[in-house]
Amino acid sequence: MLSGADMLVRSLQDEGVEYIYGYPGGSALHIYDAVFRQDKVKHVLVRHEQAATHMADGFARATGKPGVVLVTSGPGATNTITGIATAYMDSIPMVIISGQVMSHLIGGDAFQETDMMGVSRPVVKHSLSVQNPADIPSIVKKAFHIATTGRPGPVVIDVPKDMTTPGEEYPYEYPQEVNIRSYNPPVRGHAGQIRKAVDMLLQAKRPMIYSGGGVILGKASELLVEMTRTLGYPITQTLMGLGAYPGSDRQFIGMLGMHGTYESNMAMHNADAILAIGARFDDRVTNNIAKFCPDAQIAHIDIDPSSISKTVQVDIPIVGPVDSVLSEMIALIKESEVQPDKENLSDWWAQIDEWRKRHGGRYLTNEKGLMKPQQVVECLQKLTGGDAYITTDVGQHQMFAAQYLRFEQPNRWITSGGLGTMGFGFPAAMGVQLSFPDETVVCVTGEGSIQMNIQELSTCMQYNIPVKILNINNQSLGMVRQWQDMNYESRHSHSYMESLPDFIKLAEAYGHVGMKIEKLEDLEPMMKKALAMKDKLVFIDVYVDPSEHVYPMQVPTASMRDMWLSKTERT
Amino acid sequence: MRHILSILLENEAGALSRVVGLFSQRNYNIETLTVAPTEDPSLSRLTLTTNGDDRMIEQITKQLNKLIEVVKLVDLSEGDHIERDLMLIKVKASDGQRAEIKRCADIFRGQIVDVTSSIYTVQLVGASSKLDAFIDAVGDANVLETVRTGVSGLARGEKVLTL
Repeated sequence: MLSGADMLVRSLQDEGVEYIYGYPGGSALHIYDAVFRQDKVKHVLVRHEQAATHMADGFARATGKPGVVLVTSGPGATNTITGIATAYMDSIPMVIISGQVMSHLIGGDAFQETDMMGVSRPVVKHSLSVQNPADIPSIVKKAFHIATTGRPGPVVIDVPKDMTTPGEEYPYEYPQEVNIRSYNPPVRGHAGQIRKAVDMLLQAKRPMIYSGGGVILGKASELLVEMTRTLGYPITQTLMGLGAYPGSDRQFIGMLGMHGTYESNMAMHNADAILAIGARFDDRVTNNIAKFCPDAQIAHIDIDPSSISKTVQVDIPIVGPVDSVLSEMIALIKESEVQPDKENLSDWWAQIDEWRKRHGGRYLTNEKGLMKPQQVVECLQKLTGGDAYITTDVGQHQMFAAQYLRFEQPNRWITSGGLGTMGFGFPAAMGVQLSFPDETVVCVTGEGSIQMNIQELSTCMQYNIPVKILNINNQSLGMVRQWQDMNYESRHSHSYMESLPDFIKLAEAYGHVGMKIEKLEDLEPMMKKALAMKDKLVFIDVYVDPSEHVYPMQVPTASMRDMWLSKTERT
Repeated sequence: MRHILSILLENEAGALSRVVGLFSQRNYNIETLTVAPTEDPSLSRLTLTTNGDDRMIEQITKQLNKLIEVVKLVDLSEGDHIERDLMLIKVKASDGQRAEIKRCADIFRGQIVDVTSSIYTVQLVGASSKLDAFIDAVGDANVLETVRTGVSGLARGEKVLTL
């Protein structure tokens, strides 16, 4: 016999949860007491609930397991919303347990009451409210099941305080299985559709494989590599998909979309057949849909039917899990009598290589000797070799990281793609580091983003979380400034950062190490030194050229192939 | 084009708000909405009418099907179906108008369910277009108040929407 609070924590244990991230408060106190009286589930106390959700999110992206958050009602719950929305947009499995005022007070504007079910509704995969303490084990089981199956996503469990009262005890049994009659995610794709997609691919003259975060979530990277290599076709990836195919492989032609490589965007525009895998034709990928890939037949694999033909109409929809669909496709490709036409393919590759030469990720070094943000990211790539866990915040630094880092494995590139949440990177890195204490975890950030969750320096002090913060400091909100340069005649409305703190002293105030880098010649030796401090959080503050822009950049409302390649050069 | 979506929904707190919320969140329209428990008390049957082109309706049905509490969904307008809307309408009916309104109600197979010296309250059942036609027939100027349940419906013939 256990109380509701004990059942809740016991259910987490039985679910195999190792870490929960959270912040206590009145409505959650019975639960926190149950957390105190056990040691299987470790609780990490953050300094702001938003950070708890990003920690859980980082953990989930790196491990493939669901992240778990525990907060109190009212402000505790509402502070998680940005983090829940971040996870929702990128389909990250997460379970958020939020305290709630006592049942009889609900609806009466009680102290710290918020309708969490209502507030979170548009940004959750599902939410469950406890109405009877005896239901807690089955509700927890349901929440984890829904969060982790099909297209993953965040699930909220709202727990009124009187559901967890000490002394009110119930028999505990954690369910082995869960059966929800209205929820049956697809288990395999339609055989006929799969065959059609294979035929389309094998007959293509200018094929492209375009993969997204779904391949990583669906744990199908190896199959993606196998199929892509078997075919010998070029592959491009979305921001969320990076790492599913080795970044240094010749067949990988870079990220696509707004800040994708010249060659990827050109290849997409000119392709006659596109296989989209676990990607969702986001507006940051397609540019103007009416002009998107005019000559291509498109096949699309996705576990979520609503992702298919949502923006771009596709010719061959395949609803199913990426891994099983890819296995079936590989088998069909191998046994097919028709094989890719070698001559066509080598012409296609010759064309792609020509595009590769045109831009090839170049940038101009600064004539005044200011460091370029690209140089900072290249240095990080040189020192980590694609082996580190990298999280980012949002803005120019994020795009430079996506463009200049090479990810050889999945689950090591952790960035807020869909929602674009500034403040994500640092707590996400903390979540990763706690679960991989021996790995190098670097948060690539900017002086704007880092200040959105900088209070977590304190959490890192408490738990000794030795992440490396690489602050690419251009003293301005770089991406906003870039748009203002390009679209608002350089009127920099509120995109500069006046009164930056001394980040070195700030890091030191929390017992961490701070380093300031202003000269290119110091960059490599100091970054090396920072990365070598395995047991210390190091805040590396690198001053870079504030006027730099991210290129290529697609021209708004145009097609994939219309890009700015530098401040003066357009396709 | 107008579509009638018929949905079997878990009869649980908050389920309806997810359906309604989805429409506003994704910028879809609800024209009418009617919901009540079915013979199986664990299920509600919800009927809603909406407007949109084929692509939009496809997205709406896919998004609705994604809601965990949506058990089954069918677009009734894809096949032969019966649709009914119930309207209670208060109409001016004094002196010379009384006979005319009564005749009109008879033609539309309506029933006069409440009477005062100057007002008839008429109950009408039918497709939405029939109710619209009745309002036209009695004339806007004579209408004091209307209330409609919204469309509910089911497929004709053997087809049944159950678990």
